[in-house]
Amino acid sequence: MTAPADIAPPPAIDAEEARRARRVQLEKAARYVLPVAVMALMIFLWDRLVVWNEIPHYILPSPGRVWASLTNDWPILWEGAQLTGRITLLALLVAVLGGAGLAILFNQSKMVELSFYPYAVILQVTPVVAIAPLIFIYVESKTVGMLLCAWIVAFFPVLSSTTLGLNSVDHNLRDLFRIYGASRWQKLWILQLPSALPYFLGGLKIAGGLSLIGAVVAELVAGTGGVGAGLAFRIQEAGYRLNIARMFAALALVAAMGVLIFAALSLLSHMLLRKWHESALKREG
Amino acid sequence: MRKIAPIDDRPELLRLEGVDKVFSGNVQALSNLSLHVNGGDFISLLGPSGCGKSTALRLIAGLSEPTTGRITWAGPRGDGDLGVVFQEPTLMPWATVVQNVHLPFRLEGKSYNSVKDDILDVLKLVGLDKFQNAYPRELSGGMKMRVSIARAMVTQPKLILMDEPFAALDEITRFKLNNDLLAMQARVGCTVIFVTHSVFESVFLSDRIVVMAARPGRVIEEVRVEEPYPRTEDFRTSAEYAAHCRAASRALEHAMEAA
Repeated sequence: MTAPADIAPPPAIDAEEARRARRVQLEKAARYVLPVAVMALMIFLWDRLVVWNEIPHYILPSPGRVWASLTNDWPILWEGAQLTGRITLLALLVAVLGGAGLAILFNQSKMVELSFYPYAVILQVTPVVAIAPLIFIYVESKTVGMLLCAWIVAFFPVLSSTTLGLNSVDHNLRDLFRIYGASRWQKLWILQLPSALPYFLGGLKIAGGLSLIGAVVAELVAGTGGVGAGLAFRIQEAGYRLNIARMFAALALVAAMGVLIFAALSLLSHMLLRKWHESALKREG
Repeated sequence: MRKIAPIDDRPELLRLEGVDKVFSGNVQALSNLSLHVNGGDFISLLGPSGCGKSTALRLIAGLSEPTTGRITWAGPRGDGDLGVVFQEPTLMPWATVVQNVHLPFRLEGKSYNSVKDDILDVLKLVGLDKFQNAYPRELSGGMKMRVSIARAMVTQPKLILMDEPFAALDEITRFKLNNDLLAMQARVGCTVIFVTHSVFESVFLSDRIVVMAARPGRVIEEVRVEEPYPRTEDFRTSAEYAAHCRAASRALEHAMEAA
């Protein structure tokens, strides 16, 4: 039996697949276009709200004024951003070393974990705003005090997620290591740390945001004496002067820093896990 | 090819004598288990769930200690003398195929370069020499299991323990791996203790089938499959194979009735 002549050869890609491909393309573009469009719309509405209602700029400045403040005050804002950024990154670094280090220590000795874990929790659940004033009474250096504040809020997610990771090793692999007579060090280095990596990176992403919060809180409590003014201090100061436009400008910079930290840590996580971890894999279909 | 001595002439490798295992809550997992394992044996432990097959493997592996009774090795035993294959491939997902197979050596402190030839040989043996640098997620279930077997064999152990390694695979892959496992064992010349639920698998692979009953786990009978190796697909369809399957099935029925 021969096929009727009027049937066309099958296309390289069928209609359903073509629709799916179009949808994927569309979603890819929408991922960037939509948030930008929403932002443009919000800024436009904000501007109209201010103009139509004739709201005075010391109550709500127009977007144009905020932009002007951002460009005119750029030198002091940039200086503030550098200071806040430095404290944030240092705190994140200390949080990673302290959190992961404690997690490894807890993992090596159950007794140490039982002794100290409750205090790590207490430190975490006590609001840092409440601890900060005390810290600045006892800690001479403003920088060290600010670091300490930021560390207190940032280390816990690293500690708890790394602890979970170190304990989540495949039990058969654990048995295998025992059968081959692996040392405690080998088990930690070859098996537990790689197993814990995805968990650690999850905690790190949270810690990045928290260390910025810690740095901002510390600045608000500490004031400027001796270390120069960070972004949080600039927000406070501009508030006292009713320079609301600069408050918005500084706030925008703080938000941008938070986004930047999150994006950088997400990228790091992707780079480290993309070869093997489920979270970084693309599924077909 | 492996020189096969008659079962009773093989040198003793390992002996279990009157082994009991009682778990907390007074659960008797094994009762009075005695088994002589000879060098070159391919032993299947066959029985229903809860008959203590896996517990017996854990005891032999040294992951757990008998409550009473003794397990004695005939000669001195080093870390590389025992290989294990679990029901899952149990590979390190962050490591490539060669890195996974290197693991037993790495834990002995041997660098990759010093054992490279052994690793490549065993990968060739399991047919994965073209996938050296693949990550486990890039492999099929059967291929992952081959990596797991390669890892167990790479140190040329005296004894390999296999805990239902092919239970999760489809039948086509399982048959292929059964054939290949026999070929590999012949090349390496190791002793195998193989836990399985399948009468057919145990008859095809082993020359000794130890049939066990549950609650408490104990040995009911040993069925011998004294058919020559190498065994091929032809053996699967032979009258002898069918006869051995009948014998093993009958023993398994006794085990179920005894439970």
